[in-house]
Amino acid sequence: MLNRQGRPTTPSHDTTVVHKTFTGNKALQQIEPLIFEIGSTDQTGVDIDAPAPHHKKLGKFERKSPIGLPGLSEPETMRHYVRLSQKNYGIDTGLFPLGSCTMKHNPRLNEKMARLPGFSDVHPLQPQATVQGALELMDTLAHWLVTLTGMDAVAMSPKAGAHGELCGLMAIKAAIIARGEEATRKVVLVPDSAHGTNPATAALIHFEVRSVPVREDGTVDPHVVASLAGPDTAAIMLTNPNTCGLFEKDVVAIAEAIHKAGGYFYADGANFNAIVGKARPGDLGVDAMHINLHKTFSTPHGGGGPGSGPVVLSERLAPFAPVPFIRKTDEGLQLVEDEAEATNHGAHPFGRMTAFHGQMGMYVRALSYMLSHGADGMKQASEDAVLNANYVRACLADLMSLPFGNKPCMHEVLFDDTWLKDTGVSTLDFAKAMIDEGYHPMTMYFPLVVHGAMLIEPTESESRASLDLFIATLRDLAIAAKRGDTERFTGAPYHAPLRRLDETRAARSPVLKWTPPQPILEAAE
Amino acid sequence: MGNTHYTKDHEYVRVEGDVATFGITDYAQSQLGDVVFVEVPKVGAHLKQGAEAAVVESVKAASEVYAPVSGEVIESNAALEGTPATVNEDPEGKGWFGKIKLANKSELDALMSEADYKTYLSTL
Amino acid sequence: MRYLPLSADDRSDMLARVGVDHIDKLFADIPHDKLLDKVLPLPLSKSELEVERILSKMAARNKSASSGPFFVGAGAYKHHVPATVDHLIQRSEFLTSYTPYQPEIAQGTLQYLFEFQTQVAALTGMDVANASMYDGSTGTGEAVLMAHRITKRNKAVLSGGLHPHYGDVVRTLSEMANAEVVTLKPDLRAKEDLIAAIDDTVSCVVVQSPDVFGTLHDLKPIADACHAKGALLIAVFTEVVSLGLVASPGEQGADIVVGEGQSIGNALNFGGPYVGLFATKTQYVRNMPGRLCGETVDAEGKRGFVLTLSTREQHIRREKATSNICTNSGLCTLAFTIHMSLLGEKGLRALAEVNHANAVMLADKLAKLPHVEVINEQFFNEISIRLKGDATKIVDRLAHHGIMAGVPAARLFPDQGLDDVLIIANTEVNTDEDRDALVAALKEAM
Repeated sequence: MLNRQGRPTTPSHDTTVVHKTFTGNKALQQIEPLIFEIGSTDQTGVDIDAPAPHHKKLGKFERKSPIGLPGLSEPETMRHYVRLSQKNYGIDTGLFPLGSCTMKHNPRLNEKMARLPGFSDVHPLQPQATVQGALELMDTLAHWLVTLTGMDAVAMSPKAGAHGELCGLMAIKAAIIARGEEATRKVVLVPDSAHGTNPATAALIHFEVRSVPVREDGTVDPHVVASLAGPDTAAIMLTNPNTCGLFEKDVVAIAEAIHKAGGYFYADGANFNAIVGKARPGDLGVDAMHINLHKTFSTPHGGGGPGSGPVVLSERLAPFAPVPFIRKTDEGLQLVEDEAEATNHGAHPFGRMTAFHGQMGMYVRALSYMLSHGADGMKQASEDAVLNANYVRACLADLMSLPFGNKPCMHEVLFDDTWLKDTGVSTLDFAKAMIDEGYHPMTMYFPLVVHGAMLIEPTESESRASLDLFIATLRDLAIAAKRGDTERFTGAPYHAPLRRLDETRAARSPVLKWTPPQPILEAAE
Repeated sequence: MGNTHYTKDHEYVRVEGDVATFGITDYAQSQLGDVVFVEVPKVGAHLKQGAEAAVVESVKAASEVYAPVSGEVIESNAALEGTPATVNEDPEGKGWFGKIKLANKSELDALMSEADYKTYLSTL
Repeated sequence: MRYLPLSADDRSDMLARVGVDHIDKLFADIPHDKLLDKVLPLPLSKSELEVERILSKMAARNKSASSGPFFVGAGAYKHHVPATVDHLIQRSEFLTSYTPYQPEIAQGTLQYLFEFQTQVAALTGMDVANASMYDGSTGTGEAVLMAHRITKRNKAVLSGGLHPHYGDVVRTLSEMANAEVVTLKPDLRAKEDLIAAIDDTVSCVVVQSPDVFGTLHDLKPIADACHAKGALLIAVFTEVVSLGLVASPGEQGADIVVGEGQSIGNALNFGGPYVGLFATKTQYVRNMPGRLCGETVDAEGKRGFVLTLSTREQHIRREKATSNICTNSGLCTLAFTIHMSLLGEKGLRALAEVNHANAVMLADKLAKLPHVEVINEQFFNEISIRLKGDATKIVDRLAHHGIMAGVPAARLFPDQGLDDVLIIANTEVNTDEDRDALVAALKEAM
């Protein structure tokens, strides 16, 4: 029998006309209200049985006022957050060349391992005999970190990179106190190109920050360090490879200069991913360095955390590491949690960074990454990261300007905005136009030592085809900017869920939480 | 405007009698961008020349405003805390930060005249 | 290596394009004698299956909280987390995104942070909350520094009921920042005289409620005493579920509220990652550490969200920043806000009631045991008992028989004469059978 319900299967209409929709939605791009606008305080997405009869023991502290928390049923919850997720760009969406942030692939094996009940469902204060595997994992990770960096010890507990910096500087301060030089050694040298966290961390524990100017080639001059360092100097904080994407070639001389002055060498390990398996900070004179497990060892960035920032320490600083730390005994591994007990074992901990033992969930993911790569794979990953960045540099050097000349970089390549001069397009505009092309923008306006900086870090996770398309896109954009096609940039993004946002308005009259709309009668008055 | 003086940190001081009105220059506001917050000097504070007197913030930058001269703060422009945009719109008029009772008039000698400041700007 | 897309041919072609003949030419700035010439002495790459084997073996050496009656708390709590939560936080667009510096393509993260801030402000009874801290303990350290900035004083007074790890974090930070800390003795019954310690050199008083022993504190008189001397009250909690049933710190006059949010949406994870909640009054916003998300509009007038007031932060202010922090707890924050959206006010209250009821039932049973004294009169879901014998030994013995009885107070307060005190948490996961098993085992062990 003839099917009379056939339908057209080729598009027939002009596809260039854009129709406004009734809902404001654009197919997969859905407008999603706030939970406060779709939920209500008497709705819930969990079923909880009423408790057995009991006499409350809350005294006069029982809550009497309403809280004002809306609930959603489970299907509403699912849809709300799935729709929100669709407004986000992640590494799994596309190339994410955010310099200095290392947006590499996040293997899902790591997620699976972190969710093994033996890791995720253990309490930090269970008897230690019941968590020997967790301690073994921490100890194994510590061994990998110490071996990869060529250092003596590692303080595991810091919760993120900046927290690791704080831990490292506290260890340095503790060592200076132990030397009786607390009153005189108060200065920390910080190059102009440093991450903003470096001076912030130093200031937090009352060190004075002394800036080190960066020389013409984007690196730090050891003679300048020698001239700025003296008996008042506690430490230098140096990022290596630095934020310009360059290896500090005089790092050994810098270390010697700071050590000669009696200070310590703190390395910001944010860019350690470029040299894993190629060089060891311990061989370069480093006394302390934090490691961002979420950068170098692929634990997910998760929209801004959680991070993890273990700090490797030299022999001179190791005794000052905070509690807790792991000790091997005849009965197994022991977590030393108490300062007094630590002293019994010959340590001089400067204190404690956080409750409990640090970011176990991140340790599991990092070790899973390390075991997967192995020593050979991690060396290869560093080489590929550096190769990819240099490939991008080589393919764009004729169009975009390199502030320190067209020479090899490490894992990220830094351009400035000289090449955009007189085009009417700024670094920001260029970045926003990348969004329309389906890319996350690179890091911009950082480091501060370069005007209109664009810092591109492709990571080792990109295939050659992916890089080639990225390069072709940037070339097309660059040519368009130079050609005077400014509208493509100054109004960008055109295709993102939202257009450019008014940050001035947000800061001038901050709205930091949802408030119920005024009743209509009141509003009419 | 012969009695207006300028600092290298882009503050101006307008002197009437022994009272100096100060704020940030038009160049400073244009460099900062949209000002979103101002912390004006505290009335009654005794400031030394060069001491931190106020804070001005845009979306992407924050900077301290230093006392261009020494003396006691006798008035501050509290209206700026509610309408920081005034600093962008009229920095050397309604966008003033504070008034200082001059402790040492000779300090003014070391500051720049309007012409000198213009020359200074052309070197930046 | 399965994570590396470049082939050997790709590599040689690309090296040629770059204009060098060997990869080490790109590492030429590393001093020649420091460049490693062989692979470091660590295991070589492994298949997914092999890695699973190794890590599963380690995991199997741990006794998980779900494997028997479990009463361990003191700052981290075993709760049931709906399956929806873990599914949603593993969505790629959440899991693999960065801090929302490009708001046009990060509205997902920004909107949930805005919702999270609103939820936390409501729960704590405060005006504003930030986008989270690393955890409750580091948040407490930051709160103390914030109080010092506001009051321009530098002495903190810590209640004896504050979790000692939190106290240690505050003391470490304060020692390094040349600030003073006065710590009161461990306080089992909320009988300490905090008010006597407040004078006009004190910047802030830090009080935890429910405290580390489980006891609820009356914050109002302390808040009044603080305010009379120009000091701030920092109220701390480690069990956020309590706020479903207990008057909020804001209602009781707190100026800064800090807490651990792990109980909602987050697993125990052997101590981390967790999520620090941080809230305060409007007038102190500019002194608050951490990220803040705010509402605004885009170029077409549509509502959207951005990170705001970022001039407080390290990447702009450098050494003048309010704090050196640049991450929040991202995904843990997301887990918290999803779980809280599922619960809603109705669900949170119901959950809190079950927790409290279970604790009351256990307290009643324990009180009937010979040689056991239940210390707390007013509590939420955690109690402390004094028993006959050494609590640590008893806990170890019970663990051997599959029962996790709680946290011996001496583990947190060594050498303070608390060897016979045991801290016991009860949540909705504990059944009548669990409680009976614990009571029977304790009876036998004493």
